Amino acid sequence: MARIAGIDLPREKRVEVALTYIYGIGAPTARKLLQFAGVDPDLRVKAMTEEDEKKLRDAIDSMQLRVEGDLRREVQGNIKRLMDIGCYRGLRHRRGLPVRGQRTKTNARTRKGPKRTVAGKKKAIAKK
Amino acid sequence: MARSLKKGPYVADHLVGKIERLNETRERRVIKTWSRASTVLPSMVGHTIGVHNGKTHIPVYISENMVGHKLGEFAPTRHFRGHGGEKATVKT
Repeated sequence: MARIAGIDLPREKRVEVALTYIYGIGAPTARKLLQFAGVDPDLRVKAMTEEDEKKLRDAIDSMQLRVEGDLRREVQGNIKRLMDIGCYRGLRHRRGLPVRGQRTKTNARTRKGPKRTVAGKKKAIAKK
Repeated sequence: MARSLKKGPYVADHLVGKIERLNETRERRVIKTWSRASTVLPSMVGHTIGVHNGKTHIPVYISENMVGHKLGEFAPTRHFRGHGGEKATVKT
């Protein structure tokens, strides 16, 4: 029922935890937000009143938190800027490789995706 | 760790001098430099700087977005041409 920033909060969890389901709100921000809004962090989401929800929504606005779509767009914009100016970090983003100087001889699977085995590479060594 | 604000951005002295002279005369030409560690200043916007990549000077046209980055970021020092002999190993 509780819909904040276009996200349905899990009903059974404490608000403090439930808020972290919103993109851009982690544990520390959630705590600050609840304090600002004056809502009890130990309250379950299902036990919240409409008024509490409204308080939270207003708190996000007045604390000028960027969440969900806005934040995602900002991050995308930052990456696009790096790619457009043709700097090293932009090039790494373009090629889908790690940006911050990590090794790529092994690992780096998060950025590179699932392994693509190179055909014939192993055979050549075995036949010799 | 970030550089202390007290010191201001690092830019090679000879580069600052050249840029200022060019700005005064409203001249536009490629400035060659080996100083990859220099920060891009707002006064450099619109100039083309030849940044050394270890071999040649790569012409970099400085746009407003580049301010705050280092010159070296725009002149890659490595050129990856793919792993060699991929076709050859298939035959053997």
